Amino acid sequence: MAAHLSYGRVNLNVLREAVRRELREFLDKCAGSKAIVWDEYLTGPFGLIAQYSLLKEHEVEKMFTLKGSRLPTADVKNIIFFVRPRLELMDIIAENVLSEDRRGPARDFHILFVPRRSLLCEQRLKDLGVLGSFIHREEYSLDLIPFDGDLLSMESEGAFKECYLESDQTSLYHAAKGLMTLQALYGTIPQIFGKGECARQVANMMIRMKREFTGSQNSIFPVFDNLLLLDRNVDLLTPLATQLTYEGLIDEIYGIQNSYVKLPPEKFAPKKQGDAGKDLPTEAKKLQLNSAEELYAEIRDKNFNAVGSVLSKKAKVISAAFEERHNAKTVGEIKQFVSQLPHMQAARGSLANHTSIAELIKDVTTSEDFFDKLTVEQEFMSGIDTDKVNSYIEDCIAQKHPLIKVLRLVCLQSVCNSGLKQKVLDYYKREILQTYGYEHILTLYNLEKAGLLKPQMGGRNNYPTIRKTLRLWMDDVNEQNPTDISYVYSGYAPLSVRLAQLLSRPGWRSIEEVLRILPGPHFEERQPLPTGLQKKRQPGENRVTLIFFLGGVTFAEIAALRFLSQLEDGGTEYVIATTKLMNGASWIESLMEKPF
Amino acid sequence: MNRTKGDEEEYWNSSKFKAFTFDDEDDELSQLKESKRAVNSLRDFVDDEDDDDLERVSWSGEPVGSISWSIKETAGNSGSSQEGREQLKSRNSFSTYAQLPKPTSTYSLSSFFRGRTRPGSFQSLSDALSDVPAKSYAPELGRPKGEYRDYSNDWSPSDTVWRLRKGKVCSLERFRSLQDKLRLLEEAVSVHDGNVITAVLIFLKRTLSKEILFRELEVRQVALRHLIHFLKEIGDQKLLLDLFRFLDRTEELALSHYCEHLNIQDPEKRKEFLKTCIGLPFSAEDSAHIQDHYTLLERQIIIEANDRHLESAGQTEIFRKHPRKASILNMPLVTTLFYSCFYHYTEAEGTFSSPVNLKKTFKIPDKQYVLTALAARAKLRAWHDVDALFTTKNWLGYTKKRAPIGFHRVVEILHKNSAPVQILQEYVNLVEDVDTKLNLATKFKCHDVVIDTCRDLKDRQQLLAYRSKVDKGSAEEEKIDAILNSSQIRWKN
Repeated sequence: MAAHLSYGRVNLNVLREAVRRELREFLDKCAGSKAIVWDEYLTGPFGLIAQYSLLKEHEVEKMFTLKGSRLPTADVKNIIFFVRPRLELMDIIAENVLSEDRRGPARDFHILFVPRRSLLCEQRLKDLGVLGSFIHREEYSLDLIPFDGDLLSMESEGAFKECYLESDQTSLYHAAKGLMTLQALYGTIPQIFGKGECARQVANMMIRMKREFTGSQNSIFPVFDNLLLLDRNVDLLTPLATQLTYEGLIDEIYGIQNSYVKLPPEKFAPKKQGDAGKDLPTEAKKLQLNSAEELYAEIRDKNFNAVGSVLSKKAKVISAAFEERHNAKTVGEIKQFVSQLPHMQAARGSLANHTSIAELIKDVTTSEDFFDKLTVEQEFMSGIDTDKVNSYIEDCIAQKHPLIKVLRLVCLQSVCNSGLKQKVLDYYKREILQTYGYEHILTLYNLEKAGLLKPQMGGRNNYPTIRKTLRLWMDDVNEQNPTDISYVYSGYAPLSVRLAQLLSRPGWRSIEEVLRILPGPHFEERQPLPTGLQKKRQPGENRVTLIFFLGGVTFAEIAALRFLSQLEDGGTEYVIATTKLMNGASWIESLMEKPF
Repeated sequence: MNRTKGDEEEYWNSSKFKAFTFDDEDDELSQLKESKRAVNSLRDFVDDEDDDDLERVSWSGEPVGSISWSIKETAGNSGSSQEGREQLKSRNSFSTYAQLPKPTSTYSLSSFFRGRTRPGSFQSLSDALSDVPAKSYAPELGRPKGEYRDYSNDWSPSDTVWRLRKGKVCSLERFRSLQDKLRLLEEAVSVHDGNVITAVLIFLKRTLSKEILFRELEVRQVALRHLIHFLKEIGDQKLLLDLFRFLDRTEELALSHYCEHLNIQDPEKRKEFLKTCIGLPFSAEDSAHIQDHYTLLERQIIIEANDRHLESAGQTEIFRKHPRKASILNMPLVTTLFYSCFYHYTEAEGTFSSPVNLKKTFKIPDKQYVLTALAARAKLRAWHDVDALFTTKNWLGYTKKRAPIGFHRVVEILHKNSAPVQILQEYVNLVEDVDTKLNLATKFKCHDVVIDTCRDLKDRQQLLAYRSKVDKGSAEEEKIDAILNSSQIRWKN
């Protein structure tokens, strides 16, 4: 079922099994038949660790989404609320419980907070007079959810805003707890590196938590050699640019949620002769995207321009394989052919799906507007004309393109210029407010506070220095057979990944100057290991680095890290963790002010 | 801390409010629950033996079997669960009846973090010998010291914080002096657990006067930020504004006040509220925007009332021909300008709804104005207005065409509004750059422009190529042939 989690250097199925077991334990505490009422947001992340069958096995007979007023009828003994600790959800729960109380046979109510109990929420339940109705109030520390063999996410959409806008440390605390869980399962990580204010805090929390738990030493042989904690605000640039890997583009255009994507159904209509055009499916096609699918694992991290040739090669291989049937003469040969059929059919289905997706994406990437946008982005990133009003952005506003697209470009320009000249900034601001509404003053303020859109301080632009020292812009990029991580943005090498790369070789000492320009402290901590657990690396054996992005990571960055992991003489393999899988659009959206 | 006796009294008295506790149930009850839990888990253990039929649910693939799918499935089916099961089975009849993998791993997160596990669980042995560092699993996260003091009545701040973190019964009432309260807060901050920090802040908020709370938090930035976040979350706008005022964080004060307008639905009330925002300490730039926001809504209310009346009276042609799709209230400025160019184009500058008046009041730049007016008039196919928009007279009385946005943009907008070829042609001709002109003309099939341009460029090859694109026997083809046959032109190729 989740075999793809164990293909990597670190077997993440161990983590998955651990969280599944905890879920079973909780369900068993509430004896008898059960109905689960879901905070809808949680169903996605839960889907990655358990399916309905697991719940059913533990007498979960009904499941509902959390909604106001009354619960649907259910003839069960227990009603369990699975929720995030959010105040507005508490109000709904209270409504549910109160209307249920009036209805008849007594039920046992329980509440499971994910990932943490919240005293504030319990206080709210108390104020609403329902706290006493709950028999079990527990927390389910689903901090880090395994997404793939080398990928973990907390899927906490508010993390960036909390950390960098509100300076609220709650999600950092969860990150630290998640890291403690990982260390409990995979051994103490001997070395911790970090860059940024939040990174520093998470490291401090980890060290404190370790100290707090007295008693025995962790006696698991360490799987990770080191941990790199990176603040998202050390690299605000990367997520703003349009990702150009296959997976990155799927996410940019259709949005990948909890490893699923919803696609327009037309291209996926079953092709039958005769009744073309009839009965087109209207519901979006939903596909799961992870390395369990062989073909997807092969193409997801490629630059989109290199995907077409792989697909056509695959098509040839598969049709050749199907042709084999004509050569099968003996019974044995036929039998062998038949035994391969299921695999071949799966491969054909997978190929058909990805060909359709690639076609959908191609429609977008070959459009004039996509080209224009990309040109402007690449100009900014390579340092051209970042200090004046850009006419493409002006046009986008005039034609009322989506606000998020406009903000993303303006922020990109600002970041690539270490802030905009006051006059330019004021001009953009006015155009945006007049075209999209004055209330966006609040959003602009948030972007400014997060450092994404700001006036240039002291008239100094540091970006060129950073760009040159870290070689962020590569003119000769090979999209088909890449030799450098810059292929993921067709020229721009993601700053965050460059930092990771330089840390592993030759070390950060070589870039002290740039590290000082980037925000927040950089540091190194050691967690001593008992002699028995110290690792003696075999010659040629790669290090394993856990890299944790505090505030979110994009698929293009993940692709770049995978590229580094696969380099023959790279020396380091990466496991990636983050507070949220995101892209520029979802990121900006999380910073927009909405009515409460 | 040096405090006068009077101050000290004040703190004591300020603690008079009802103390904040999280869980009033006594320990006896929770012990009962423990045992009930144990019994229950035993029973489940037995039940596990004979529910084979449940295991036949397919493990493969979304949507069947996934959680989000199952919600729809079970919610839709209000019949007996047996029925549901049958349904599931039949749905899965083509998939393999995979045996549910039994939990093979003995790893359990809860056993790492919690002291006790349920009977029969793998860790119970090491639990019994709790000081022996045996088992290879959780040791690093062993049992903290605090737990041994569960039943003590005299918890130190650190014990209290530890209990809060575990979500245990805990009264904060004992922390009565300001000094104690602050020690508790500092302890909470030092463990970084936002949940606990907030809990302590709620307690402080209830038991301290506002002034003292603010003063103490001003020197404790982390706690202060948590308080701000918390106040935003519970929507205690009044205290939040007081806090910003106290801290002299004027811009945040202003923005946070302004933010409230988003929750006011009634336009009159919203307008009145926006009025209270004018003069708040925004940055200079933002002040002007806020003023504009107020003025705009004020305008929109007048226009809306007036136009709704006109529309329902049914006497005005424009509203009859083009009924309004939505109210203009709360629309952005540019949308409002479009609206007024659409419905009120010819009005004199004196009316609130006239485009010129809007342009002046809000200092809308020329470019923006022309773009919007063009889009509105083109949509109405009012080509005369379009023409007038770009005609300027110089001081000698000659007329000249001029477009601040560039004629290529004009052409694009006209095309989007399906302007006829004659109109398009006229503006394509005004595009200065020859290549752009040729491209646009080709794209929008302005044959005359293409042909004339090729002739002017003396580009015979391109003209020949274009001949193949026009209809056979059409006037265009004739025209091309005439030019190609002309002996007047010296072709460059």
